[in-house]
Amino acid sequence: MLTNTMATADTASTPLLPDPWHTYLQSALAPDESIEAWLTLDLDDTLRFSDSVLVLTGRQLIACATDGQIAAWPLDATFELHAHDHAGVGSLTLQDDTARRAIWRFTLTQNPAALRFSRRFDQVLDALREGREAGPVPAVLCAQCQAPLPPDEDDCPACSGSIDQPPSTWTLFRLWRFARPYKGQLLLGFLLTLAATGATLVPPYLTMPLMDNVLIPYQNGQQIDTSLVVLYLGGLLGSAVVAWGLGWARTYILALFSERIGADLRTTTYDHLLRQSLEYFGNKRTGDLMARISSETDRICVFLSLHALDFATDVLMIIMTAIILASINPWLALVTLVPLPFIAWLIHLVRDRLRTGFDKTGRVWGEITSVLADTIPGIRVVKAFAQEKRESQRFREANRVNLEANDKLNRVWSVFSPTVALLTEVGLLVVWAFGIWQVANNDITVGVLTAFLAYIGRFYGRLDSMSRIVSVTQKAAAGAKRVFDILDHASSVPEPTNPVHLKGVQGQITLANVGFRYGNRAVLRDVDLVIQPGEMVGLVGHSGSGKSTLVNLMCRFYDVSEGAIRIDGTDVRSVPVAEYRQHIGLVLQEPFLFFGTIAENIAYGRPDASRDEIVAAARAAHAHEFILRLPQGYDSLVGERGQGLSGGERQRISIARALLIDPKILILDEATSSVDTETEKEIQKALDNLVRGRTTIAIAHRLSTLRKANRLVVMDRGRIVEEGDHDTLIERGGFYWRLYEAQQRQVEGEVLTPTITPAMPSAHTAGIAAEPALK
Amino acid sequence: MTTPAMDFTLTRDAFGHLSLTDAAGERHDHVQVVRAFPIAAPDEGISVLSAEGHELAWITHLNQTDPATRQLIDETLAARDFMPVLKRLKSVSSFATPSTWDVDTDRGPTRFVLRGEENIRRLPDEMLMIADEHGIQYLIRHLPALDAHSRKLLDRFL
Ligand SMILES: Nc1ncnc2c1ncn2[C@@H]1O[C@H](COP(=O)(O)OP(=O)(O)OP(=O)(O)O)[C@@H](O)[C@H]1O
Ligand SMILES: [Mg+2]
Repeated sequence: MLTNTMATADTASTPLLPDPWHTYLQSALAPDESIEAWLTLDLDDTLRFSDSVLVLTGRQLIACATDGQIAAWPLDATFELHAHDHAGVGSLTLQDDTARRAIWRFTLTQNPAALRFSRRFDQVLDALREGREAGPVPAVLCAQCQAPLPPDEDDCPACSGSIDQPPSTWTLFRLWRFARPYKGQLLLGFLLTLAATGATLVPPYLTMPLMDNVLIPYQNGQQIDTSLVVLYLGGLLGSAVVAWGLGWARTYILALFSERIGADLRTTTYDHLLRQSLEYFGNKRTGDLMARISSETDRICVFLSLHALDFATDVLMIIMTAIILASINPWLALVTLVPLPFIAWLIHLVRDRLRTGFDKTGRVWGEITSVLADTIPGIRVVKAFAQEKRESQRFREANRVNLEANDKLNRVWSVFSPTVALLTEVGLLVVWAFGIWQVANNDITVGVLTAFLAYIGRFYGRLDSMSRIVSVTQKAAAGAKRVFDILDHASSVPEPTNPVHLKGVQGQITLANVGFRYGNRAVLRDVDLVIQPGEMVGLVGHSGSGKSTLVNLMCRFYDVSEGAIRIDGTDVRSVPVAEYRQHIGLVLQEPFLFFGTIAENIAYGRPDASRDEIVAAARAAHAHEFILRLPQGYDSLVGERGQGLSGGERQRISIARALLIDPKILILDEATSSVDTETEKEIQKALDNLVRGRTTIAIAHRLSTLRKANRLVVMDRGRIVEEGDHDTLIERGGFYWRLYEAQQRQVEGEVLTPTITPAMPSAHTAGIAAEPALK
Repeated sequence: MTTPAMDFTLTRDAFGHLSLTDAAGERHDHVQVVRAFPIAAPDEGISVLSAEGHELAWITHLNQTDPATRQLIDETLAARDFMPVLKRLKSVSSFATPSTWDVDTDRGPTRFVLRGEENIRRLPDEMLMIADEHGIQYLIRHLPALDAHSRKLLDRFL
């Protein structure tokens, strides 16, 4: 009977019910009944995790519980299905015109599917009311999020790229990606290492003939052969000099190489970080990110330049020594290798602990920097509330956790090194014993034994240093993991796979059924809005009603959770992010100035702008005059967060910044909220000219600011509640009217008791204000 | 403490919506009951909000309500507050995030994806709050009270 379904419904989205539900439902379905939609519910009535399904056919709604128990509601024209969600739990309510019939719950994992289900339900019921067949599911929507697919694209721009894979544990090898450009240098470095190591192995070899051909014969009464002595000693000196030269070249080349890798790693990570959405930055702590990019990459770099190199040398040395030893005397060689398995086992034992330990210390370190990054910018609040003690306590606490993590690590570590040393000492003892026994049996000469002991000294010494490297390697691996964590994070505002390029933007913005949530908190619901090219729309509403959020979505700082935003009919998710933002001029509620001159700050969006253009933009934003009053005019330095300028001054600079890029779409989020009414009027006048020909979206609490708007959109708790021009809305006497009345009353009050308006910056105060930044 | 007289009545209609009638006899439909401190003090500070989000009534402690109202509030809150308490970590797919966790909660076994370590937040008193990729929040009431295996797994992320 399900094959039947395939024929009637649209194949692209035909819901094929998996088992066991399929089996359970057999009995409940009539032979010719087709399944229109189904939904897995992962919560039961008491909000416990348990799977069940909800199935919609053309005739009934069936709920099938985990144990196969079935409840059915024959469809009725009065039925309504309402979707709702709160704090991570979604619900679907079935009701008729008299009462609620049923309620089902699910986690937000199922939310897109639930919305699809409910939409299909509406379609089926509409058809039922009109007595026709419900058509096929419109196939142009993305199956996952209901966003319409852009033409010529199979992947939904909203959903693709949202599948993450955990990074593999062999993270250090992933550094190869950064090493590849330096292959040549790496190879050269390796060859040099090989040669240098070989050269250091010559001296012990020479002790063998020195002993057997010179010293032992002398002891047995023969003369010392001076020429032989000179030859051997010359060999010793020569090999030492060669080893020195080769060692120098190799260290230099490989150090250069590792510095480059470190720099590449850092810049790549930073570039990647910059491409992340605001959501990412909202979730991360600044200090932690800073620690990852600065100290972790540095740690990796040190590892590569010093320890990885040493390690490679050690491995080569051990292999070569083993070969030489075996070639001199295989039995003795075998005995020397006895401690090796023990050491390997020991390394294996501590490695995991060390890595997790270092991973943890890395995180704790991030916590320490986070405390700093939190407190230092907020120092004014800390001081104002006299909370220095508390902050100091917080820092101390972070340090305590750091100590704890390190102490634990050091406990493991401190046992490890001496143990390896002990094992090697024991190994040496075994070799002595076995060697003496062999000499006594005349199997080997004293020279051979001496050479062996000389080699073994190095061999074990290397083992010891190799075991030390376990710690640095694990440290670097933990660091690499944390760096790759950033690199592996796909932006939640992904670049489209098949980008659509905008040609000549008109500036029409369409919001279709837009829903948005921060985490599990639904902030916008069912927002439908079409803004025509060149239109000025004013967004008003209470604080927290979602105005800034809407604007964030239009700028694509975040992507919508449901629905779509289109510019000139193209889904913004299919346009490359940077290209899209070029068309948008944005003035934010909290203006941000970078460290640099005022001119640079104004030209931030268009560094190639001429001085005339900068001045023109500043004039238009009414920033020109106050800038001229600063001692260094446009060349005045403004510091972090624009310290040294007042809020209103900063705002005007950011208006100038937005105007300079001459955008098709201008977004003003409380652009004039921190200037006095007088200045606002002036800026307003300037803006009035500038908004002409641009699509403008302006948010303002002072409703008078929006006089020029063609249309006002009133928002309340994430929804659009009213739309129209000022007069219509006043006439309607609804939400807007109330807002307006309240403000009028306030304005009248202000006329009677004038409040202190922020004074226009006089030359004097502005000069003082600018000074700190100049130091 | 004696139960003070409540100056409002709560009722539920056939659609499952709550209505509040205040002391003046005015009726507010579609009201919502919310906890002010869902984690720190679930039984204290219950507020009744109107459909527009304005506060209509404040209940200092649940035990100050009469049994009928209390039951109504309990039912409503039970269906509204969803914060599974983690009882045990069975396994994690990897120690690097994103990682899929297989867990037992007070609401039955489930699995979820942890996006990043920063989604584990430390609250006072060794309490942890873990947000999954869909924003569902899992609570660990008291970290030292977890079994050793869970703590060991968890420690790799802290
Ligand atoms: N990053 C965020 N994470 C979670 N919630 C957020 C975030 N930003 C805003 N919100 C919430 O979203 C809602 C809408 O916020 P938004 O900033 O859009 O309000 P607004 O209308 O611009 O208010 P205002 O007039 O005060 O600027 C608020 O309830 C706010 O608490
Ligand atoms: Mg805002």
